[in-house]
Amino acid sequence: MRAGIVIFPGTNRERDIALALRQVTGRKPDVLWHRDTELPQGMDLVVLAGGFSYGDYLRCGAMAAQSPIMRAVKEFAAKGGHVLGVCNGFQILCEAGMLPGALLRNASLRFLSMDCHMRVERADTPFTNRFQRGQVFRATMAHGDGNYFADDATLDRLEDEGLVALRYTTPAGEVTAAANRNGSARNIAGIYSPNLRILGLMPHPENQVDPLIDGTDGLPLFESLAASFATA
Amino acid sequence: MTNTPTPLAPERAKQLAAEYGLKPDEYDRVLAILGRTPSQTELGLFSVMWSEHCSYKSSRVWLRELPTKAPWVIQGPGENAGVIDIGDGLAAVFKMESHNHPSFIEPYQGAATGVGGILRDVFTMGARPIANLNALRFGMPDAPRMKQIIDGVVRGIGGYGNCVGVPTVGGEVNFHPAYNGNPLVNAMTVGIAPADRIFYAKATGVGNPVVYVGSKTGRDGIHGATMASAEFSADSEEKRPTVQIGDPFAEKLLIEACMELMETDAIVAIQDMGAAGLTSSSVEMAGKGGMGIELILDHVPQREAGMTAYEMMLSESQERMLMILKPGREAEAERIFRKWELDFAVIGHLTDTGRIVVRHRGQVEADIPLAPLESEAPLYRRPTAETPKQPVLDAASIPDPVGIEAALLKLVACPDLCSRRWIWDQYDSMVGGQTAKRPGAADAAVVRIEDHRRALALTTDCTPRYCQADPEEGGKQAVAEAWRNITATGAKPLAITDNMNFGNPEKPEIMGQFAGAVRGMAAACTALDFPVVSGNVSLYNETEGTAILPTPAIGGVGVLEDVAQAVGLALPPGLDLIVIGETRGWLGQSLWLREIAGREEGAPPPVDLAAERRNGDFVRAQILSGAVRACHDCSDGGLLVAVAEMAMAGGTGVSLLPPPAGIPAHAFWFGEDQSRYVLAVSDASAVLQAAQQAGVPAARLGKSGGGDLVLPDGRSISVGSLREANEATLPALMEGG
Repeated sequence: MRAGIVIFPGTNRERDIALALRQVTGRKPDVLWHRDTELPQGMDLVVLAGGFSYGDYLRCGAMAAQSPIMRAVKEFAAKGGHVLGVCNGFQILCEAGMLPGALLRNASLRFLSMDCHMRVERADTPFTNRFQRGQVFRATMAHGDGNYFADDATLDRLEDEGLVALRYTTPAGEVTAAANRNGSARNIAGIYSPNLRILGLMPHPENQVDPLIDGTDGLPLFESLAASFATA
Repeated sequence: MTNTPTPLAPERAKQLAAEYGLKPDEYDRVLAILGRTPSQTELGLFSVMWSEHCSYKSSRVWLRELPTKAPWVIQGPGENAGVIDIGDGLAAVFKMESHNHPSFIEPYQGAATGVGGILRDVFTMGARPIANLNALRFGMPDAPRMKQIIDGVVRGIGGYGNCVGVPTVGGEVNFHPAYNGNPLVNAMTVGIAPADRIFYAKATGVGNPVVYVGSKTGRDGIHGATMASAEFSADSEEKRPTVQIGDPFAEKLLIEACMELMETDAIVAIQDMGAAGLTSSSVEMAGKGGMGIELILDHVPQREAGMTAYEMMLSESQERMLMILKPGREAEAERIFRKWELDFAVIGHLTDTGRIVVRHRGQVEADIPLAPLESEAPLYRRPTAETPKQPVLDAASIPDPVGIEAALLKLVACPDLCSRRWIWDQYDSMVGGQTAKRPGAADAAVVRIEDHRRALALTTDCTPRYCQADPEEGGKQAVAEAWRNITATGAKPLAITDNMNFGNPEKPEIMGQFAGAVRGMAAACTALDFPVVSGNVSLYNETEGTAILPTPAIGGVGVLEDVAQAVGLALPPGLDLIVIGETRGWLGQSLWLREIAGREEGAPPPVDLAAERRNGDFVRAQILSGAVRACHDCSDGGLLVAVAEMAMAGGTGVSLLPPPAGIPAHAFWFGEDQSRYVLAVSDASAVLQAAQQAGVPAARLGKSGGGDLVLPDGRSISVGSLREANEATLPALMEGG
């Protein structure tokens, strides 16, 4: 799998993503600069990592969504390329119109840095084939604006078309209000594009990939991607 | 062009000198150095360089007593941060610094820029920051403005640290009415650099360009250093304009740009523009190298029009650095800073005159010999008055008014012992992907170094109520507790940074506290091979004449060769609990005495440094041998609180054995005797035998398992109810009502 991580001014979880990708591929991902206007040839996966692109001084992700590289990322996705957006990356995907909805301020109006549990809603996608359907895994979340919002029609469509990727649940997999710390609509933690090749999610599975640090709950997501491209 | 500065009228100069905080004798010294009346800019330079904040004029004679050397120390105090060798060809670079006064006036920005400033002190030396910690002291939450201050400080620390992408992994918080009018915000940063590639502030090379990088200069923070060198009064609100505004986004870009330039060999010297901004950075860099420096302020990137030389030299605008480059390397450096969308300007050059010359709009605005400005600042050995010793309390004469269970439930919920989750949950502690022990998981945070097995153990510690009662014992205890917390993870403690927060040094009893604390710290540093490599002094922490508790906050750094060896405090079921160290039942200055008996009195528990060392070395060896599954030191609240904290973290109960005869039960369970640890082990007899051989006091304490904390008399408290009490306090104080 050849993967690249986009660096915007203010991206700050690129090292974490690189560690997770190296864990499954054994090679360093490419570094893609926000001013670049095209992607290197042969890219399998583009990752938009967490952070505070442009300081998040405008709406989170709004500035980055307009940067030169995003035109190339959109073209890549339009041709069927795989894109993973984590945290600020998810916000950028929404601001760029590549995924529907928006990420609002957390319902508590505070930055939330804590563990959360997420349920895998389907296990037949390039991002989840190493999970079981309904499997619950733990991940770090660290964001001020992770409260997923879309209108009811959009939410119904996401549900009907099986595009809800991950939901905040209790460790036992129950969808409860208490498990939904940021207040997201229908406990949604992550969503897919209709072709299932773009995933945006708020929490950070890349922080749970090393048994010496904080367990390996997040590793199957990266193993899924590696497996998808090994057989492709 | 005029080649001499325009002096102020003598009467005006004298009046301004007083306004800028110069004492009459200090002003006379300025006149003698210059041989004439100063210009306004010159007066500004003298006043900030000679402020307590920049010159350490009251504290320096005492700080010299602290041990600063060890074979692993690469750089001790005197640089932007301390540097130690941690093995594998790596160095840890770290320092702690206060932002007390700004955080009281404007909590969010005060705390945020405190974090920004200490980050720059570390990455200016070539180290990538890998962890932030903090040491916070607040007044009582029901004091005026205090909830707003706590909320603002926590948001500010999170707002800055989260955005720059450096994990906030640890810290400590105390609440006491003595901080009602003067909270303390001490921020610490730890970075990692190659041991053979540290950058220093010493400028060399006549003609070498002086380069300004980072954000533009505005009118914010003018005279911040002077403000931090005076007591507070009722009109302190009016000082809000002296507080700077932080831009963590610019800081993140500055980190990346500096790291990239540091990969080349273009830099001769580099220093951040912290307190007293352009003045202190240029004076200190040139002064350290024995050079002269000439600045042309017209080239300084400016945020607003019409700024004067005085304003530019004293501005404390954030996220700026000053560098001396090798000749001809300007274009290469500029390319990197432009790539990161930062300002870059050559604003002067080094000279051999030994003077600082500041030019602006064709005028010389300042022309001062550097040596007296930088290193001949006034030095005071102020009078000291010893804190009177308090009597040692006899535990047998202090009755237990409530019983053990009720006291425990109340203690785990009191502000000084309750869960800090409400605070941690607002700090990103995981970014970087290397945090092996996050806040609350162990006595010290454990952060692995990327691409290594090696990890650092990091902590901040001080027990101000001990320092108030006996500054020397308190200073000793602060250092010992940092050493103990690092040891409790299995790491080897290496060195400390200190943040000395005290009241008005012109009062002999305050200076006596300072001198006493230094004496105690020095003794502990020496006995534990735990030298001071950097630090910061914050004096005048008084409002309306009332001083804070003396608070020498210690930031400790230790190393683990293999992160897999680190242990936390979460108790697994089915293990034996052992207490290491001697328990006598010391109730003087204990939290039990304050919270349960309502008395803040007596001598604090003494630290026997030989026992400290022996017990700690034993515990560390046991951890590294793999015999220990969980470890927690006994500190605030004593033995039973330590056990309860382990039980709450692990979600498992403990059945406790009866205490030895001769000590009242409440004194045994809640006394704060020092140098003790609770270990959870699977083979208690082996550990007890090893302890006996090592001459270390050790005793069985109980067994883990079940869901209750069961006292020796059979009464029990569920771990769930302890947790509930422990977790409820801060959210109720901050979010309730």
